[in-house]
Amino acid sequence: MLNLKSSTTLFKSLVVSGLLLSALAPQAHAQDAAEKGYEIAKRSDESDRGFKDHKVKMQMILRNAAGQEDVRDMRFSVKEEPNPDLGDKSLIIFDTPKDISGSALLSHAKILEPDDQWLFIPEDEMIKRISSRNKSGPFFGSEFAYEDFTAQELNKYKYKYLRQEACPNVPELTCDVVERYPQYERSGYARQIGWVDTTDFQNRKIEFYNRADSLIKSLDFLDYKQYEGKFWRPHLMKMVNHQTGKSTDLVYGPYSFDNGLTENDFVKGVLETLY
Amino acid sequence: MDIRQLLCGLALGAAALTTSTAAQAGDWYIKGFMGTEIRAYTQDAKWQGQVNNPDISLILNPEFRYKSEDRKHRVNIIPYMRATTVDPERSHGDMREAYYMYLGNNFDVLVGANKVFWGVTESVHLVNIINQIDLVEDPDQEDYLGQPMLQLATQQDWGRITAYMMPYFRERNLQGTEGRLRARLPYDTDKATYESGAEEWHPDLALRYSHFIGDFDIGLSYFHGTGREPTFNITSEGKLRPHYSLINQGGVDFQYTTGAWLWKLESIIREGQGKTFGAAVGGFEYSFYQIFESDMDLGVLLEYQYDGRDDDAPVTIANNDFFAGARLAFNDVDDTEILAGFTFDQENQDSFISVEGERRLGDDYSVELRARFITGADEGEDLYEFARDDYVQLRLARYF
Repeated sequence: MLNLKSSTTLFKSLVVSGLLLSALAPQAHAQDAAEKGYEIAKRSDESDRGFKDHKVKMQMILRNAAGQEDVRDMRFSVKEEPNPDLGDKSLIIFDTPKDISGSALLSHAKILEPDDQWLFIPEDEMIKRISSRNKSGPFFGSEFAYEDFTAQELNKYKYKYLRQEACPNVPELTCDVVERYPQYERSGYARQIGWVDTTDFQNRKIEFYNRADSLIKSLDFLDYKQYEGKFWRPHLMKMVNHQTGKSTDLVYGPYSFDNGLTENDFVKGVLETLY
Repeated sequence: MDIRQLLCGLALGAAALTTSTAAQAGDWYIKGFMGTEIRAYTQDAKWQGQVNNPDISLILNPEFRYKSEDRKHRVNIIPYMRATTVDPERSHGDMREAYYMYLGNNFDVLVGANKVFWGVTESVHLVNIINQIDLVEDPDQEDYLGQPMLQLATQQDWGRITAYMMPYFRERNLQGTEGRLRARLPYDTDKATYESGAEEWHPDLALRYSHFIGDFDIGLSYFHGTGREPTFNITSEGKLRPHYSLINQGGVDFQYTTGAWLWKLESIIREGQGKTFGAAVGGFEYSFYQIFESDMDLGVLLEYQYDGRDDDAPVTIANNDFFAGARLAFNDVDDTEILAGFTFDQENQDSFISVEGERRLGDDYSVELRARFITGADEGEDLYEFARDDYVQLRLARYF
């Protein structure tokens, strides 16, 4: 049996040899960066484990390059899926624009396969199963793509740790900067660079690079508040498209957690009873 | 307007209102739209009595909705009114919805008039049978009259089952003598006849099961009662009098969603109108996303329609036809969308062309353009009677 001192020595030598190895072998270094990146993303993901469900009202403000605004109001509810190999279930109900008021989008997120999605159209009392292949298309005319909403599951990406620095929009916090690469099909992005703070492990900013690897959009997560003593939620998300000058703000009201939502609140049949 | 229906709806609404307000404080909200519409025909009318003038309409469609605080009690009251300049039969009102609904944990109960839609296909809605078609609204048969019903539904892990009991039958709204888009002989809209001795009070029943398994969505349905499609008898005054038969109908609707493909199938078997027959419509919608590096999506649709009914059954034009369509969604802030469709009859070579476009104008307005054309319909063919009723229609709606 090793005594404490020798185990410390052993540890040191392991670290030293590890450093040497990584200096000598860039492959091993890359593996470390991937692992570290994954660990940071996982820690962030785990900080949100156990929220069960949440409901929130939100406003989507679409701004064109000239600064003209269009506003949409919607309600958003999410049920957590405890198994990390499956995705969360979510329901978005539109209150405005008035002509589509009552429309609803039900999503069953998957990890690498396409999500299951149904649209409810109140005018015709019609439920339509829709294709979720259109990952990179605009979400209801906004600067958010469908995948920006649905692709927040840990295992949808591979990761690479880049560096540590002050968080871009909260300089008093330190951020880990992690690059991530979508693993699901038909993403519009080659990569994304994310800033995750080292205090609360929350996403602070994401930069999106298109398939041609040029920076197209950036998303700032602002106005974080804590609920139930552990779950952090941003109350303003600002997406700016650097190529078109358009932007979209998502302004969230207060969240309510643990509303007792069940599987039956997120089945196709429920769409018939919402409106 | 059918006064009994209106009164029935109002009574139900009032009863529901009392029940729900007694049960729990909640919120009423009022929304809906008012609109003006002009429909201009490109040719002079073919049949005696029809008017050539464009049809100008005012439409009012308010929605009164109540939801209790605990969301268990709901009331919807949605009247619909259209006043037009040409055809008095097209000036009409209806209770699209007037119901009270209770939502339990895995069941719900609805009493009153409601609109129900079943099915998946684009070109024809075979399995959709609960609501009567409001034919004077639009020849596309996608507008429906509110159907009085008691509806019981349960949601289980294995799907949703709904039972409908319908105590009162709604007659199809048909064009008046002045109206376009009618048959050669005018309709006798006052005196429908029924197979059932109880006439419009025959209790109709329906059952529906719907669920999804992975990429598959499936619906099964059964209907027993007075069929919504009329046959016509010629009266001594030379008018077409609608007759409604008792029918049994089983239906299945199915969709397989894979990648950018939606594969769709609807099929029915119906007994009670001529010889028992089957009908089916099937096809696909395939989407090209972000075409030409824009935000626009283009969907292409192809469906085949088959119907095996004989001459004793109500006439259908969708008996051996191909439908090809294209849907262009701009994905812009105004939700601009254009849908164009072409239905081609394999046997008679006549065809029907429809183009619909709509977009929002600011926060409160929307504009919609519809154009419909019939080509190649010779005497004796399905669409011949409407061959000169091509039209272009523009609607401006204000939402409140």
